[in-house]
Amino acid sequence: MAVSLIIEGVVLGILTGGVYALMASGLTLIFGVLEIINVAQGILVILGAYLTFVLERSLHLDLFVGLLIIMPLMFGLGVLLEWAFIRRIKWDRVTLSILVTYAIALIIEGALGYFFTTNFVELHSWYIDATVQIGGFYIQYIYIFVFLLSVVLLAGLFLLIYRTAFGRQLRASMQNRTAASLIGINVPRVQAITFGIGVSLAGAGGVAFGATNAFNPASSYDLIYRLLVIIVLGGMGSLGGALIASLVMVILGDVVALIWSPVWSSTAFFVLLVALLLFRPQGLFGRLEGRKQ
Amino acid sequence: MKALRTLGLLALLILVLVFPVLISPNNVVTDMAVFTLIYAMAATGWNIFSGYTGYISIGHAVYFGVGAYTLALICQYWNIPGGYLPFLLLPLVGLVAGTFAIPLGFIALRVRKYAFAVTTIALMFIFQLLAYNLRGITNGSLGLYLPPPPWSSDIIDLPFYYVTFILLLVSIGVSWRIRHSKYGLGLLAIRDDEDRAFGLGVKTGPYKLVAYVVSTIFVGMAGGMFVYFIGTIFPQFTFDPIVDVNLTTIAFLGGLGTLAGPLIGAVLVVPLQQWLTLQFGGSSLNLILFGSFLLVILLVMPRGIVPTLQSKWLSWKASRLKGARVSATRQERPALVDRKEG
Repeated sequence: MAVSLIIEGVVLGILTGGVYALMASGLTLIFGVLEIINVAQGILVILGAYLTFVLERSLHLDLFVGLLIIMPLMFGLGVLLEWAFIRRIKWDRVTLSILVTYAIALIIEGALGYFFTTNFVELHSWYIDATVQIGGFYIQYIYIFVFLLSVVLLAGLFLLIYRTAFGRQLRASMQNRTAASLIGINVPRVQAITFGIGVSLAGAGGVAFGATNAFNPASSYDLIYRLLVIIVLGGMGSLGGALIASLVMVILGDVVALIWSPVWSSTAFFVLLVALLLFRPQGLFGRLEGRKQ
Repeated sequence: MKALRTLGLLALLILVLVFPVLISPNNVVTDMAVFTLIYAMAATGWNIFSGYTGYISIGHAVYFGVGAYTLALICQYWNIPGGYLPFLLLPLVGLVAGTFAIPLGFIALRVRKYAFAVTTIALMFIFQLLAYNLRGITNGSLGLYLPPPPWSSDIIDLPFYYVTFILLLVSIGVSWRIRHSKYGLGLLAIRDDEDRAFGLGVKTGPYKLVAYVVSTIFVGMAGGMFVYFIGTIFPQFTFDPIVDVNLTTIAFLGGLGTLAGPLIGAVLVVPLQQWLTLQFGGSSLNLILFGSFLLVILLVMPRGIVPTLQSKWLSWKASRLKGARVSATRQERPALVDRKEG
C-alpha cells in the first residue's frame, strides 16, 4: 500500500516537476548571466497563465497553440523590461535587483488584479478533464502533455546553450563578464536576450501552471519562493542543479503529502534546504560564493 | 551650524510628541502614525544588520511573527488583561525573537549575498507554514486574539504611539552606538570587502551573527506592538512576505546604513501605502501606483534618499564656497563604494 503510494507520488512528481524546472531554469539563467535575483519571475508565470486564459476565451485557441503566441510575446516583454529597468541597475545589485523586480512584480500584479479581479481562474480543455489509465494509476492527459512540453523546451534550451554560437557567448558572459566583453562579445545584448529567454520560459511555465492549477494574481507569492528555494538548492546559476532540485522538490512534496499529510508537504522541502545549507552551503551544483578575482 | 542642527532636531522631537494630541480624534491619521513608528523601529533594527553588513535579509518577518505570537501566547497563558502590562512584556518578546535568531542566523549566514537573501525568504515561509500547521500552539489559520486595551476610542492610539516612540528612540540609540563603535566599523568593513576584513582580523562570523541577533530583537518588539495594536493575529499577516519587502524598501529608499534613512523611508512609505490601500484597495490600483512610485525612486535615487541628498548638498556647498576646500573624505556617506562588475 505504502509502496504504491510512493510510486504514485514519484510519478506525479516527475510529471509536474518539469513545469517547475522550466520556470526555475529561466530564473537561474537570469541569475547566472545578469547577477540579479528576478523576484518578478513568479508574477510573470501568472501573467503567462492569464494570457493563455485570454487567448482561450477570446480566440478559442488551444492552450498549446497559444504558446506559439505567448512565448514570443513574453520574450519581447523580457527584453523591454531589461532595457528599461534592469540595465539601469549599476551598483549594489543584490538589493536593487530585488527591489526593482519587486516593484515590477507589484505593477504587474496590480494590473492583473485590475483587469481580471482577484477571483481564482481555471483553464479548460478536453485534456484537462479527461484521464488515462497507466499501470493502475489514473492520470489526467494534461499532466502528460505538460511533461512533454517541459522536456521539449528544456531540450531546446540545452541545445541553445551548449550547441550554438549564442550559447557560447552566454556561457562566456556567465563565467566572466569583463573577459567576455574583452574578447568582443556584446554582453549587454547577451544579457537582454537572456532576460527575454528567462521571461519567455516563465510564460511557457505559466501555460503549464495554469493548465494544472487554479490561479489568481496572488498565486505568484507561493510560486516565487518555491522557485527561489529551487535555485538555491540546485546551486545558483546552475541549470542542471535547477532541474534536479525541481524534481526533488515536487517528488518529495507529493510523497510526503500522500504518505503523511498535505499540510507538511512544503515544509519537508524547506527542511531539506536547511539541512543542505548546513553541510553544503553552495547548493548541489553551485560554486562557493566568495571573492571574485 | 551645530547649534542649528540641535535646534532642528529638538523642534522635530517636539513636533513628533505633540502631533497625535493635535489631531487626536482623527483615528485614521493617528493609526497611520502608529504604523509608521512601528515600521520605523523595525526598519531601524533591520538596518543594524542589513544596512551595516550589506547582507540583505528578506526574512526578518520571521522575528516580526515570532514577536507577535510570543506576545499573544503570553497574554493568553498568563491571563494578562489589556492595558499597559503588555507594553512591559515587549522587551521579553524581543529577547525571545533574539533567541530564535541565534540558530536561524547561524544557518542562514553560512551563505553569502544572493543565496543569503533567498535563504532568509525560505526561513520566513517555513515559519509561516509552521504557524499554519502547529495548530496546538498557534491555533492555525483561525488565529489568536489579544486582550483589548481598555482606553476609550478617542485616545486609544495615544499609548501605542508614545510607547512605540520610546522604543524607536531606544533602537535609534543602539543603532547610533553601534555605528560609532569599533564593532560597527567591523560591520562596515564586512560590507565593503568581507574577505579583506577577515584578513585584517575582523571576526566576521561572530560579528555578523551578533548584529543579526540585535536587529531581530527590535523587529520582534515591533511585531509584538503591531499585533497588540491590531488585536488579532493570523499566520499570513504576521509571517508576511510584504513585511519583509516593506522593511527592505523603507530602509533602502531612505538610505541603507544611515541612521536617518529608515526613519525617512518609514515616514514616506507607510502612510503612502496605507493611504493608497484606503483609496484604491478594492481595485488593485494601489499596487500599480505603489509599484510605480517605488520604481521611479529606485531609478532616480538608486542610493536612497539620504545619501543622494547628502552628496547633492555637499556638492552645492562646495560650489558655493568655491575656493574653500570641502574635504570629500569628511562627508559621512554610507561606505558602499560603487563596485565594479565582473
